[in-house]
Amino acid sequence: MTIAAPSDPLIAGAPERRRPAPGNGRAPGSTRIGYVFVSLYALLAVAFGVVPSLYAVLLAFTNGDGGFAGLGNFTKVVGDFRFWPAVLHVAVYLVIWLVMLVVLVVGLALLVHAIRLRWASTALRFVYYLPGALAGASSVLLWLFVLDPTASPVSGLLRAFGFDSFVAVIQPGHLPAIFAIIAFWTGAGGWIVIMYGALNNISTEVIEAAQVDGAGRVQIALRIQLPLLRKWIAYMGVMSLAAGTQLFVEPQLLSQASNAVVPNDYSLNQLAYQYAFQQNDFNGAAAISLILLVVALLLSWVFVTRGGLFERE
Amino acid sequence: MIGINTAVRSRRRLAVAGLCAATAFLVLAGCGSNTKAEDGPRGFPEAKQDATSTITVWVDADRQAAAKAFQKANPDTKIQVVAYDGSANGSNSFRTKMQLFDRAGSGWPDVVFSTQNNDAAWASQQSAGKQAFAAVLDKGLVPGDTLAKFTAGSLNPCTVDGKVYCLRNDLAQAVLWYNKKLMDQLGYAVPTTWEEYQALGEKVAKQHPGYIIGTAGDAWTPEVFLWASKCQANDVTGPKAVTVKTDTTECKRAATMLDTLRGNGTVPVVSVFTPEFVKKYSGKVLMMPGPAWYAGAIFNNPQSLNVPAGQLGIAAPLPWKGDDKPVTGNVGGGTWFISSHSKNLAAAEKFAEFVTTADDYQVNVAPGYPAYAPAAEKWVAKQESSKYFATSLEPVVTAASQVWDGWGYGIFSQEAIWAKTMTTGITGGKSIVDLLPTWQQAIENQAKVDGYSVS
Repeated sequence: MTIAAPSDPLIAGAPERRRPAPGNGRAPGSTRIGYVFVSLYALLAVAFGVVPSLYAVLLAFTNGDGGFAGLGNFTKVVGDFRFWPAVLHVAVYLVIWLVMLVVLVVGLALLVHAIRLRWASTALRFVYYLPGALAGASSVLLWLFVLDPTASPVSGLLRAFGFDSFVAVIQPGHLPAIFAIIAFWTGAGGWIVIMYGALNNISTEVIEAAQVDGAGRVQIALRIQLPLLRKWIAYMGVMSLAAGTQLFVEPQLLSQASNAVVPNDYSLNQLAYQYAFQQNDFNGAAAISLILLVVALLLSWVFVTRGGLFERE
Repeated sequence: MIGINTAVRSRRRLAVAGLCAATAFLVLAGCGSNTKAEDGPRGFPEAKQDATSTITVWVDADRQAAAKAFQKANPDTKIQVVAYDGSANGSNSFRTKMQLFDRAGSGWPDVVFSTQNNDAAWASQQSAGKQAFAAVLDKGLVPGDTLAKFTAGSLNPCTVDGKVYCLRNDLAQAVLWYNKKLMDQLGYAVPTTWEEYQALGEKVAKQHPGYIIGTAGDAWTPEVFLWASKCQANDVTGPKAVTVKTDTTECKRAATMLDTLRGNGTVPVVSVFTPEFVKKYSGKVLMMPGPAWYAGAIFNNPQSLNVPAGQLGIAAPLPWKGDDKPVTGNVGGGTWFISSHSKNLAAAEKFAEFVTTADDYQVNVAPGYPAYAPAAEKWVAKQESSKYFATSLEPVVTAASQVWDGWGYGIFSQEAIWAKTMTTGITGGKSIVDLLPTWQQAIENQAKVDGYSVS
């Protein structure tokens, strides 16, 4: 489980401000109220985040009888014939999805931001946001209909691609793209709204200065807006990466809907689930979870450092 | 954090909810005791009995009627009915839940119904040092003469290492369903061997394109065609041993036949439970090899093919030329388990025996072909008096004891393996014959993961 990195509000171009040091000029008691606010979150995070993670670490290094297993569980799961295909599936999905997310979200946010008509811009943002309002599982159920040529509202489009049955649509080679599209459709709207807010934060003085210097729309977007959005893009990357490595709901539901044509061990998380509940091997499941956690942390660290998430202005 | 993306968060939450909940539950529950109990007089360690305690029974939606019939006939026995999905469609919920109770050390239901045939494979075995879930039934718990009256071979899915661990609810032997009216209209005779069946398919493709003589789009395709051809893809030889040989003549002849008939469109790769099937093939099904439950689920079902009364005929399972006697496959058929942890084995046994043998349920209410032979006779008589079928139901009765015993019931699901490796391959344009080695590899891989030794 990845905990989101706190990020400073983006303040660019405005006279540089620093956060006051704690206790510096604050009303007495305000720190205590801060602790009260944080306490409930901290409690829940410990109970449902930290403790299960530690328990998973314990499980991963022990065997079924509770004895120490060393790296036995890790070698076992890595040697499983389903492990590397699952890694590949998740990796391909992540690449397609993250690239799609970054390019399209930033592009759309810039476009919407450039619209001068107030009502049009508002309406568009609302439309983008709408699919994200559906909970994950229900949006996948909706996609089950969209992907079935016999029931789909866009069946003409599917048939134009040469897919005349549900099974033809969900061929193994198509799955990463399908999952990426589903994830984009459910998740991108919220990010577009966030990016739009970030664009609003860029001070108009900077933009005007650029215009005076003769920069066009595209140059402003590339040279001013994009660099100033860097943190937000990194933040989106980290959050999406955490969600993406844990791919589970889409393949699991698709597996049930297709009567197992989409395998129930498609992603790493599903494989962990299979280990726990199909093979009664919680230790193996914990080992897979740990591998996932380490990989996600490493990748997040790359995003955080490259995106300058923890830098102060 | 304002505007944090709830969709992303909820997906993450959902994704880990299962594992988290389970883990948290385990942390709170601690671990059950690991003491190995001695076997009791009936072949398994028994809990302290209390003949007045309420028994808990787990049933799927269709079996709630069985629990109701029992309550009506036995008002003195206290039962608590819990509905669950019957472990259907590979959800595996039965095993999942029992493993959690194993870890908690309490909470097991007394009787469980499962829609699957491969639960005895795990329920009969100790797992992670925990007592096996299923009680042994043929060492005194269920009377021997009751067990003897089950249709020959019907308790095979329940038998592991020579001991019986569950009672079969209904049978799902495959027969050859055909539409008598259509066959007469087009002037075709019902085939008597698989070779004739294939020849007829080639004829139909030329003379009446659009009509079909079977389907091969469901995960149980191997259980209908390859099992009936004595293909040794799933020969479970012991609790943890399986023999897999998909390169035999028996496998190849059935695969070649399917390839030919798929190629000419008379056996399409379409699942019988899709709207596509109903839309395309209503009134176009000449024949269809398939399990006993096709009658109610597909032919005599307004939501599916909705074949009018007086048209549906049944022919015996087909032999291959040169085979001494016909054998057939089997697709599912439910099972009832009694928990070895039950505190009221007498009531649990009474319930399990009632729902599998009593006329009140098996004859008067149950939709499927009863596994208990005396009930099956009466059930067949009742079906024949309904005047729905165009022919006698005799072939269904004959087929019940013709299920080939060289195809076993392991922990792993052959249906899931077929769907994952074969259905996708076939849809991608490969032939079943070419995919046989791939299938062999997939079965071996899955069997090994589940701890089987493969020969």
